[in-house]
Amino acid sequence: MEKRIPSREELQKALLARCTREEAEKLWKAEVAVAGLGGLGSNVAVFLTRAGVGHLHLIDFDKVDMTNLNRQHYFISHLGMDKTEALKEQLLQINPWLDIETSCEKVTEENIPRLFQNAGIICEAFDRPENKAMLVNGCREFFPEKPLVCASGMGGFGRSNDIVTRQVGRNFYLCGDGTSGIEEGQGLAAPRVALCAAHEANLILELILEKN
Amino acid sequence: MIVNGERAAWEAGLTVEKLLEARNYRQDRVAVEKNGEIVPKKNYSTEEILEEDRIEIVSFVGGG
Repeated sequence: MEKRIPSREELQKALLARCTREEAEKLWKAEVAVAGLGGLGSNVAVFLTRAGVGHLHLIDFDKVDMTNLNRQHYFISHLGMDKTEALKEQLLQINPWLDIETSCEKVTEENIPRLFQNAGIICEAFDRPENKAMLVNGCREFFPEKPLVCASGMGGFGRSNDIVTRQVGRNFYLCGDGTSGIEEGQGLAAPRVALCAAHEANLILELILEKN
Repeated sequence: MIVNGERAAWEAGLTVEKLLEARNYRQDRVAVEKNGEIVPKKNYSTEEILEEDRIEIVSFVGGG
């Protein structure tokens, strides 16, 4: 059956059933860049979209493959697609009035100034530790005034309460248990990765809503 | 000096690079802040640490 697309006003009104108008306006104006659209980034973007964040910049060079399906927010129908497009398609199913910018490219030390210049908040959601460190070093150097939310340590299963959010420095936050990496042979499973993604998304909402 | 919130032994001439080596950190997997400011990687070998400095070393593990 063909579904009618709700109007922007209808969707905004529906959001107001769960938050105040002031909160909704702050969220709708916010711009968040998500670097890496794997288990962390795909879930962070879904959470932020549901919460009503209005502007998202999705950044990843990779395509969806079968090994992603155990934890990343993609479906069989997305196999082979650029992650930026596969995720954008889903987010627009949640809110078709969302402003989404996509960059299907690899983040490097050189392109950090260009890629993140418009972001209000930057979310690090990479997989490899070297890439996490590269992004954090670059963003802290070029954009020390932009809040940076990172993640490290979400391998394995169980130990839900070991995953925490902590502030490392001014505008610099780290989510995760800090130690459970894939290096120790621990796998990655949807619940614990999504827990960490939820920590990142939840902190981002807090930063948006607490800003005056 | 304070490293990751804990008081640590300091010696004259200590640099970020020496501190990372002594603690077995991999340079390509860390971000280091000194008194709340990032230390650029290219400065690790020359950036001196003073006795009153506060250092935060964030070491990343894989997974995401």
